[in-house]
This record gives sequence, C-alpha cells and structure tokens, in this order.
Amino acid sequence: MSTTSDQIKATGVTSGAALDAGPRGRRSLAGYLFMPVVLALVLLLTYISVSRRDKDPTESKRLAFDYIVARTVEHLELTGASTVIVLAVAIPVGILLTRSFARRVTPFAIALFNIGQAVPTIGLLLIFAIVWRLGFEPTVVALAAYTTLPVLRNTMVGLTQVDAAVIESARGMGMTKLAVLTRIELPLAVPVIMAGLRTALTINVGTATLGAFVGAGGLGILIVSGFSSNHPYVTIIGGILVAVLALLVDYLAGIAEDVLRPRGL
Amino acid sequence: MTDTDDTAADSDRAAASDAGGADGGTIEIRLENLAKRFPGQREPAVDDLTMEIPKGEIVILVGPSGCGKTTTMKMINRIIEPSSGRIFLDGEDVTKVNPDQLRRRIGYVIQQIGLFPHVSIANNIATVPKLLGWEKKRISERVDELLEMVGMDPGQYRDRYPKELSGGQRQRVGVARAMSADPDVMLMDEPFGAIDPITRDRLQNEFLRLQERIKKTIIFVTHDIDEAIKMGDRIAILREQSRIAQFDTPERILVNPADDFVADFIGRGASLKRLSLSRVRDVELHQWPTVEQGAGHDEVHRLLEGSDKSAVLVLDSQRRPVKWVNADHLRRAGHGRPLSELGLPAEAVVQPNATLSDTLNEMLSARYSTAIVVDSSNAYQGIVDIDTINETVRSLRRAEQGRLRRDDDVDDDEDS
Repeated sequence: MSTTSDQIKATGVTSGAALDAGPRGRRSLAGYLFMPVVLALVLLLTYISVSRRDKDPTESKRLAFDYIVARTVEHLELTGASTVIVLAVAIPVGILLTRSFARRVTPFAIALFNIGQAVPTIGLLLIFAIVWRLGFEPTVVALAAYTTLPVLRNTMVGLTQVDAAVIESARGMGMTKLAVLTRIELPLAVPVIMAGLRTALTINVGTATLGAFVGAGGLGILIVSGFSSNHPYVTIIGGILVAVLALLVDYLAGIAEDVLRPRGL
Repeated sequence: MTDTDDTAADSDRAAASDAGGADGGTIEIRLENLAKRFPGQREPAVDDLTMEIPKGEIVILVGPSGCGKTTTMKMINRIIEPSSGRIFLDGEDVTKVNPDQLRRRIGYVIQQIGLFPHVSIANNIATVPKLLGWEKKRISERVDELLEMVGMDPGQYRDRYPKELSGGQRQRVGVARAMSADPDVMLMDEPFGAIDPITRDRLQNEFLRLQERIKKTIIFVTHDIDEAIKMGDRIAILREQSRIAQFDTPERILVNPADDFVADFIGRGASLKRLSLSRVRDVELHQWPTVEQGAGHDEVHRLLEGSDKSAVLVLDSQRRPVKWVNADHLRRAGHGRPLSELGLPAEAVVQPNATLSDTLNEMLSARYSTAIVVDSSNAYQGIVDIDTINETVRSLRRAEQGRLRRDDDVDDDEDS
C-alpha cells in the first residue's frame, strides 16, 4: 500500500490532461469534427460489411439492427447508472476528505476505495452472483466500485490544488466555509474533477461488456456469444461497436469538459 | 542603551497616542494582551501584545521574518484565532463575534492578492457587497467607482478576468476589492511585495494619495524598513514573538531609535532614509527663467543674459514644461525653428507631494541636476536642484546629532 500523498495524487494521465488543458475553445472546429467523422466512417464501413455479408441464422439474429440498438441501450444504461453512483459517492466523499476536520481519516478512506479498484470487476461480479444475484444491479455496483477511486482522487486533487491565497482572501472577506466551497473551490476544481469523470466513463463503457456474463445485457453479449458459438465475425463487430461507443462517450465528455470549465481559467 | 532612552521612548509613545486621540476622535483598534500559541510549538508566536492603532492612520508592523507580524495582523480579522487576549474595534470587543460578519467590515489585502481566477474583475470587486446583500445597481456603481479610483477604466476592465491583467493591475484590483464595502479598517500583508520595484514605487505613491482622501485605518505588514518609512504614519518595529521594540512615527524612530535592535534594523544611512520623509513641498523651490514655446529666440537670449542660469525652461500654453533650451541649442538650430523642437526634453518632473528620495531618483535617472516641480494640473511651479537635496541631508544629519546630544541631558520634555 502506498503512502497517502501518492494515493491523493491523481493518475498521471487524468490530472495531466486536466492541468495541461489550455484556455477554453482551444480546439478548432476541425478539431471538434475529427473524431465524429472518424467514428461515422467506421460505423458506415461496419454497416456495409454486415449488410453485404451472407449471414447464417445466428449471425442474422445477433447482427439485426433492432437487436444491436437494444443492446446498445442496455450498455448505456449500465454505464450511465454506474456513473451516477460514482458521482454521488466520489464527489461528496472527496469533498469531505479534503476538509480539515477529516485529515486523520483520509488515508483509511482512500485505502478502502483502493480495494474497490484492486479487485477485478469480473471477480466482483462473481462474488455478487454468489452472495447476491445476477443481472443489472450487481453489474452497476461492480462497475461503480471500480471507477469510484479515479473520480475520488481527482476530486481531492482538484480541491487541494486550489491556490491557498485565493481561499485565504475569500475567507478574509467574510465568505463562509460553505460559500468558499461552492463558489470558489468546486468551480476551480471542475476541470480536474471532469477529467477524472471522463476517465471513469470511458473505463465503464469498456468494462460494461462484462455484464454479458451475468445476464445484464449490453454489447458484451455480441462478443461473448460470438465467442461461445464460434462466430468470430459477431465478436469482432461487437468489439468494434464497444470501441466506437467508448470513443464517442470520451469525445462527448471532452466537450462537456470544455463547456464546464469556468471562464477565466 | 540606558534607562533614560527607554523613558524617552515611553513618553513619546504616550504623546503619540494622545495626539491620535485628539485628531481622530477615537482609537480605532486596540489589541489587549494578545497572544497566539500554535499547537506543537514551545514558544508562543505572539506573546502578550498590547497596542493601540489610531483612527485614519497607516500603522506599519515591521520586523525580521518570523517575528510574528503577519500572525498579529491575521488575528485582527481572526483568520488566525488568538489563544488569549482581546481585540477592540472602535471600542467594541470583537474577540468573540461571528468572524465572517467581522471580516466583512475589514478590508483584507494579501501579498498574493488572491483574486478569484474564475470570476470577472467586476464580480471580484463585488464580493463583499454581494455578501452584504447590496442591490445590483448599487454594486455596479460601486465597482465602477472603485475601478476609477485605482486608475483603471471600468469599461475596459470590468468584464475581464484576473489572468488578463498585469501584476500591478491585479494589485490595484486587490486594493479596490478590499475597499468595496467601504470598511473603516484595512489589513494589508505585504501588498506590494510581489511587484517589480518600479511598479511598486508607483503603486505606493498612488496608494498614499488615495489614503489622503479615504483616511482608512490601515495595518500594514512589511519586512522592508524603507517601505515602512515611506508608507507609515506610525511604525511598530517588532522583535520575536511580536514584542514591540519601538512604536512611533518614522521621524522619531529614525532620529531616536529605542535600542540597538531598532538601530540595527533601520540599518545605516538613517539620514538618507529620511529623504523619504521630506517632501518637495517642504523645501524651498528655486525659480528659473521660463518662456512660452511660441516665443522667439531673441527673448530666450535676453532671458539668458539677464539670468545667472545657463538654460531656460520652455512651457506650453498651459504652463506645462516642454524643453530645456540653452544658448548652444539656439545657435545650432538657427533662426525660425520653434522652441518646442529644440533642446533637451523636460524630464525629472515631480509633484509637491513627491518625497525628496523620489525626486533624487528622478534626477539621477534623467541625468539632470534639477527636477521640475509641477502642480496637480502639471503646470510649472519651480525647480528643486541637487544642492537643495544635499543641503537637506546635511541639515537632517545636524539635527540628528543635535538630538542625540540633547537626549543625553533631557529625558521627558522633548516633543512636548
């Protein structure tokens, strides 16, 4: 187990991405269009490939348009629900752990969330299947357990990196502690928190494929069933769709980051 | 140091607080047996400090680093809670009142300024008025008024963000923000510390001019004795644990340091430092031959012949200095060329409230042996030359020596 300061430090990728982020609107229009164009192209090629293929009954069933849409919706539900839980847990806990009164519990709390990330999600799903049940809820909880730590870490880093002089001048002018938190610290931490959230979302889209093993649906079904019924084409299409979805979510989260970053930073 | 010196210092202090009581009405801030012990430290950071700060004055807390001056200041708005002792603001004991409410009555400027980076300049300045629940219109008028007061165009700056300003501008906004709700008391912790020397000098002068108008009670922390002498109506020189080594006017501290600690802290060249205390309006101005810029060369020749000076000062129609012109310039230029195109630029221009130290600086940087004194509308008033400054230094030193001699005989009746 590493030391507290290491634990509080955000993963290099996430905090680096946030701290290096330039001024608002740094991306050109072309920069904003590049990713959607690439993803649309990949989807188009996939569509052409699927529609021209001479499909057997299994492939016809798994690759039907309606079927894929339904699985995609399930996939997004898993991702969305787990992300909501992550937000609801990690941000308040992150705020609490950076308050001066919580200084002593911080290392223990972080160790706890570390366990969530250290246990593989698939293992957690199996444990839940034994002691709880199969399906949507345990999958959401397992996904959330895995991605709480990066958001929590980034929330803490985002809050602790706020310039102490800014907080002192706010307190010195008579802002209450709550006002300093909501009007100064949180807005200034938004870029770093958003970077953590973006990482969590992207991880969740990928990990949600595991839901297929425990009957929670999602695009993972294409990968798993293609594999078990010896239809590698279905597996590959499933893999492509998950990748496209992950990149799309990451792209949208990136835009959200740009929009939510306070002006003046 | 002898007992007599201590007694003299004591009586000075008494005289000082009497004077404060006489002209300001009341004593604005009173610190009573204030102390701060930080957990885990054997020695207190501030030990039993009692001090009175008169209304409308700038009182400087100055001392070596770690002497507790910043801790002392921060106890006044209770950013640091005192371990014991009491704080009175205008007679009211504020040691136990709600600190957030208290701080809205006290302006606060720190060295790093601490502007909110994600908030526009206007909203930065509006922080305290918003906390106090002022109406929108009143807030926006106040913001514009303050921006103008610190010399920034509201139209240009109110919607900008702190990172779009220079260091000096941020500092001005910091001062404007601290004054937004018109507090009677301001706390300033090395407010000019992080700014380049030239800008610092300008901001200090601006602030002194501002203070002449607004008359706030200001506690100002610095480690720089020169800044203390320049800015302070009164200076408290502190030694470790915020013990007052001497609390007096800059003049008296320079002339009559209470002990070796103070003398060492002031350092050498006390009489040179006193140039920061003497202002241009305190010395006699010389008059030089002047001429309107439209005048002919003949008139300049005539003036030069009738004067012991080697050059004339050319003024524009509003009597603002334009050029120095001497006989050489006229000869080389030939007839017909207007005077405003000849000679040397009229640099080293100061106003009557400039210190002699500033004036000397101006002269040295312009490489002239004279400085032109102008009034507030930049119209010519007279000349200060380097001899005048020299003479002032000499007389200050004589006075100092005389004072020291007298101190040996007389204890109590000086300054009475």
